Amino acid sequence: MIHTLEDLPYGSAAVLDELALPPDDAARWMELGFLPGARVVAVRGAPGGDPRVFRVDGADIGLRRETARLLRVRPGP
Amino acid sequence: MSGCHDCALAQPAAPQAVTVALVGPPNSGKSSLFNRLTGLRQRVANYPGVTVEQRRGRLRLGARGDVELLDLPGTYALQPRSEDERITDDVLRGRMPGVPRPDALLLVLDSTNLARHLVLAAPVLALGLPTLVVLNLSDDLERRGGSLDPAALARQLGAPVVPASATTGRGIETIREFLAGRFAVPARVPLPVIQNIPACRMWAGHLASQATYRAPAPPRWTRRLDGVFLHPVAGPLLLLAVVLAVFQAMFSAAAPLSDGLEAVVGALGRWAGAVLPPGIGRDIVVQGALAGVGSVIVFLPQIAVLFLFIGILEDSGYLARAALIADRTMARIGLQGKSFIPLLSAYACAVPAILATRTIESKRDRLATILVAPFMTCAARLPVYALIIAAFLPNTPILGPIFGVRAAALLALYVLGFLAAVGTARLLRSTILKGDRTPFLLELPPYRWPTLRSLGLRVVDRSRVFLTRAGTVILGVTVGLWLLCHLPLSDGRAPDLSHSVAGTLGRTIEPAIRPLGFDWKIGVGLVTSLAAREVIVGTLGTIHGIEGDAGSAGLQRALRHDLTPGAALALLVFFAFAMQCLSTIAVVRRETGGWRYPLLQFGYMLTLAYGAALIAKTVVG
Repeated sequence: MIHTLEDLPYGSAAVLDELALPPDDAARWMELGFLPGARVVAVRGAPGGDPRVFRVDGADIGLRRETARLLRVRPGP
Repeated sequence: MSGCHDCALAQPAAPQAVTVALVGPPNSGKSSLFNRLTGLRQRVANYPGVTVEQRRGRLRLGARGDVELLDLPGTYALQPRSEDERITDDVLRGRMPGVPRPDALLLVLDSTNLARHLVLAAPVLALGLPTLVVLNLSDDLERRGGSLDPAALARQLGAPVVPASATTGRGIETIREFLAGRFAVPARVPLPVIQNIPACRMWAGHLASQATYRAPAPPRWTRRLDGVFLHPVAGPLLLLAVVLAVFQAMFSAAAPLSDGLEAVVGALGRWAGAVLPPGIGRDIVVQGALAGVGSVIVFLPQIAVLFLFIGILEDSGYLARAALIADRTMARIGLQGKSFIPLLSAYACAVPAILATRTIESKRDRLATILVAPFMTCAARLPVYALIIAAFLPNTPILGPIFGVRAAALLALYVLGFLAAVGTARLLRSTILKGDRTPFLLELPPYRWPTLRSLGLRVVDRSRVFLTRAGTVILGVTVGLWLLCHLPLSDGRAPDLSHSVAGTLGRTIEPAIRPLGFDWKIGVGLVTSLAAREVIVGTLGTIHGIEGDAGSAGLQRALRHDLTPGAALALLVFFAFAMQCLSTIAVVRRETGGWRYPLLQFGYMLTLAYGAALIAKTVVG
């Protein structure tokens, strides 16, 4: 079962549900397009699998696993 | 100028008095646009007390006078969270001491990411300053099949809008006209005051669709290239190849240029020696100043080549991929992916490395990188290592003819410096740089061809920074040290080095360095090596009256006479750890905006060096 962006397999998409982050950090991710309801695709990982690269709002953004774990998702288109 | 403030304000603005700020999100191409507009007429300074750099430039508008352009740090919103954002916010609201409130703004947005970047338009236009909205990277947008109606967007925003490209120069003329026309005041279209980001983003999306914005197709080439550059196996190998290429270029391609410059300075010295009347004045010029210039200028080609490569990596978009690959390893030692290239540069010289940390947005990570960079074994340590190792170790082969005892010792010193950097990074993470944990975030911009114009500007700009910041220090110190070595005059002639001020200084610090097994001669060398580490070799040569270079058998013999093996090891360890480099101190002061960090760093490295040298002397004897 996929709960967070950390578990999202490469090449698949999910809808962002909730950012389990302190408000200031959450605001930073939201400015980059990680908004609740946004469609996020896991594109690939760096060699070694950390950080992982996500595509959101047309941009590719690298997040460490420790951060990706805090972004909850639900299945989506 | 009258003494009355109000009168001065009431007069029509003097042509030079106009300040225009560039504001925009990170990766909007704001700095390229700034470079395109100002060319070489720019200056870099720091905002008071912080590590954020302040870039100003002058734009000439002919008869319309000049405009002072200010390139503000990138920001996604005007809600100050990071230091960068706080500074942008303070400048825009006229709260930054020493910086006038801008008279007008250029709001620079990436037109290929318009819906996301438009979020910034609401708070910026709400400031009520005359604003031109610059839709940068419009050539990219069109190439990838996107489009929009600038006039419709302008109507929505109540501000003029211009599609532009810093690469092709499109829209630059319109920007200049806006600046020359002395700013239309915005039509005050009511814009939403939104604190909540999702609502703001929805507003921006709506605005984009009103302007018939068609988002560009995904950058196909970028995705293909990422498949290679971020490939689990090929990616790291390509990164290794890039690193090796940079080093190869730095050490071999730059070497002939360095030799050429050295020859020119040498010829200049001989010419000055022949032309000037003999005396202490001539000696100061030839042996002090010109020798100082020579010792600075030999590093310049290396540094220029290094910045050319860093420029190519950054402008092409590869630097972000390198950071992504390196992040996991760097995270283990308490740093991050973007620290990788600066630390690598520090193997050549800490000065360009510290300048290269400007690509790190997180202030905590940037400071940590600056503070550990001088531990990397820089090129100036090599002559010192070479001399001591050759004097005390036989060249017994271990593995084949190339890798012998001496090479192993050199390798061990490289490892020692690296380990000190790792340990220090961890220590910093758990002490003074503990708080302010900004999560790691790395935007991977589409790959682009770097332009010659931008690369040239970068190399010239950074070389100028090196020459002014490091060069002036080294020059001043070399002349100063030369004087210390040649004063006081007795019967109008310079004394023996042992009786000079420097010699006295060496004897004064002798009690402090005696436990390390160093005598006053090494003491003098430690003082003079503050100009640049390798200077100690020449100083020791002068003291012993021998031609001073690392390969000199006489100097090696003299060292074996003066130092026990334990003291020699102590000297090596001391040079590995101590911050014996005034140029680095000067650059750290500039980059961190004060004396606090350079003094802390110098004290910490000196303590570590002294302690480790004492252990080495005590253990080996």
